[in-house]
Amino acid sequence: MGYTDIIARYSDKPGGLIEAFHAVQKELSYLPEEVIVEAARIFNVPVAQAYGVASFYSMFSTKARGKNIIRICESAPCHVAGAAEVVAAIEAELGIKAGESTADGSFALELTECVGQCQATPVITINGKAYLDVNPAKIREILAEYK
Amino acid sequence: MVNLTVDGIKISVPEGSTILQAAKEVGVSIPTLCYHPDQAVKANCRVCVCEVEGNRLLQAACAMPVFEGMTVKTRTPKVLEARRTILELILANHPQDCLNCIRNGNCELQSLAEEFAIRDNPFENKVRGLPKDFSTPALFRDPDKCVLCRRCIEACSVIQSVNALGLEGRGVHSMVVPTLGKDLLESPCIMCGQCIHACPVGAIGENEQIDEFLAALADPNKIVVTQIAPAVRVAIAEEIGMTTGDMPMNVFVQGLRQIGFDYVLHTNFTADLTIMEEGNELLKRLKEGGTLPMFTSCSPGWINFCETFYPDLTNNLSTCKSPQQMFGSLVKTYWADKMGIDPANIYSVSIMPCVAKKFEAARPEMCSSGYRDVDLVLTTREIGRLFRMSGLDFNKLPGADFDPWMGKYTGAAVIFGASGGVMEAALRTVYEVVTGNTLEDVNFTVTRGITGIKEAEVDLNGTVVKVAIANGLANARKLMDQVRAGESPYHFIEIMACPGGCIGGGGQPITKANVKRVERIDAIYVEDEACEMRKSHINPEVTAIYEDFLHEPLGHKSHELLHTHYHNANKKFL
Repeated sequence: MGYTDIIARYSDKPGGLIEAFHAVQKELSYLPEEVIVEAARIFNVPVAQAYGVASFYSMFSTKARGKNIIRICESAPCHVAGAAEVVAAIEAELGIKAGESTADGSFALELTECVGQCQATPVITINGKAYLDVNPAKIREILAEYK
Repeated sequence: MVNLTVDGIKISVPEGSTILQAAKEVGVSIPTLCYHPDQAVKANCRVCVCEVEGNRLLQAACAMPVFEGMTVKTRTPKVLEARRTILELILANHPQDCLNCIRNGNCELQSLAEEFAIRDNPFENKVRGLPKDFSTPALFRDPDKCVLCRRCIEACSVIQSVNALGLEGRGVHSMVVPTLGKDLLESPCIMCGQCIHACPVGAIGENEQIDEFLAALADPNKIVVTQIAPAVRVAIAEEIGMTTGDMPMNVFVQGLRQIGFDYVLHTNFTADLTIMEEGNELLKRLKEGGTLPMFTSCSPGWINFCETFYPDLTNNLSTCKSPQQMFGSLVKTYWADKMGIDPANIYSVSIMPCVAKKFEAARPEMCSSGYRDVDLVLTTREIGRLFRMSGLDFNKLPGADFDPWMGKYTGAAVIFGASGGVMEAALRTVYEVVTGNTLEDVNFTVTRGITGIKEAEVDLNGTVVKVAIANGLANARKLMDQVRAGESPYHFIEIMACPGGCIGGGGQPITKANVKRVERIDAIYVEDEACEMRKSHINPEVTAIYEDFLHEPLGHKSHELLHTHYHNANKKFL
């Protein structure tokens, strides 16, 4: 299904623009410019406004990125529990820095705000699935699921 | 009414008033930065915080509504300290190059820094280091200077319905950007420059071309000729510390001669000529079943808007060039010939209330004299700087006259500077041409004023002509959607891109509120009333140019020099 059809499925819903962006991003991993322009047309809002929405939410990316999106919480509880070491371990495993994607397009590594799982810090999510009580030793095994 | 106390002063104000409004009533002035009197409340800068009894936190005066029995303190040590810290934090992200800034001496942030005696900022200066945007010939953006007040976004979206500017990102990373974060030229920007007036600082300004002008003056081979747009005189006074409208025209002319112009002529002459051409074009369209309603074509921001958002309606636009461009093509043909000057040596400078005129003058089709018709466009603000640079004392300057052939004008041309003026000027002439009767009362007051959309009907020998006038492009959009839907009842529509018309143009002295636009409009009609001639077709220089050169309105020569065509702007995204 092309992105126009995906967006159009949400065109009658109030606030459907955000859902449409999520749906497109599920397919493409990010929101290319033409998707934002097309969504603006379908939802009858100025492109500047649709771009404002796309760039506001950290869940959306307007830049191309890897298929599997790893996000690590950088809020205080995770930070105290050693998130920095976890980040370093993922960076070493993938050979990229936070904010980058692997050259083969398989992974993107992003920092995020609290994901609401502070009972079991540090937390990472991959494609929305949360991994709790993460430590550097667990990283290789977790990532292997997606390789 | 609601009773409250502001700094110990008791006052009653209407329900729904904000602290800011209530305080103003008792002469308490609360500092603001993101607040704009003609816009929605933003409350994002926090400079206006005050103490409200019973509230633990300071409240933003621009946003907080008053309530019965409220006690407000606007100048306690706590308040002043908070405001200073807020300013220091804003300044910490602001470039410190005020001396080189286009808004030096006319900047809301600079004024606040002065008022609050900000000396040693404890916060380290960190600017974003973003590139400036010089992509358009009309205006530039300097995003490092942006204080994120969002006034420009409201001007662009709500007032102009252009939406070339928007917000990108969130929190400390948020920025005002042209559409999709690209440069202005790629965005739907129509270069009206209303964002310049909205901006409290120097994050947006006109493409300043004073250096180019001074280089032309210094070139002994160039004969520098100028034309002044009708809206400039009423506002130029503000640039040199005089009251709006107080600059006498002959003193203005003398000032221009003093800064080095070889010849001083007036765009008003071609405004009168526009009426002859456009009035006849309207009559021709009415008679021959041409495309109606016909739209005026004087405002280059409006032309850009039509080409960008309504390319299907460009046939409705009058083919008349704007008065600036008519002047440009004639000064290097008709006038050069009359004066015995080689047009190759003429450097034609227009003085405009407008930044879109800089773009218009650079359009490739605007070369019908065989040269670029208008070589340089300077805004009212740039002329103000040149006047100040030259140290002129306008109270002591003797008056001077315009040079011949293209310097005479009527009151009908004067009112081109205000919304409704082109329509009124056209009606004054069209009425007399069609009916053969002399118009006893030339004042069509219904077309006047800053109201967004105005309409009128005129009986021309039994034919009722319906006209509409819009200023501000969100208002124009309403009329355009009607036309597109085939539901427009009008024959003739005047559009000026800027609120209030050219007097509120993007090149005018920084205009902080619409009340200033209204003052300028009033000054325009005072000038019209004072004119001996108030109908374009009785201008003797207009008669002369038709006798000697053009021969007839809409004739061959007119077609070649005074009329133009339009394009689809083909913007990739709107």
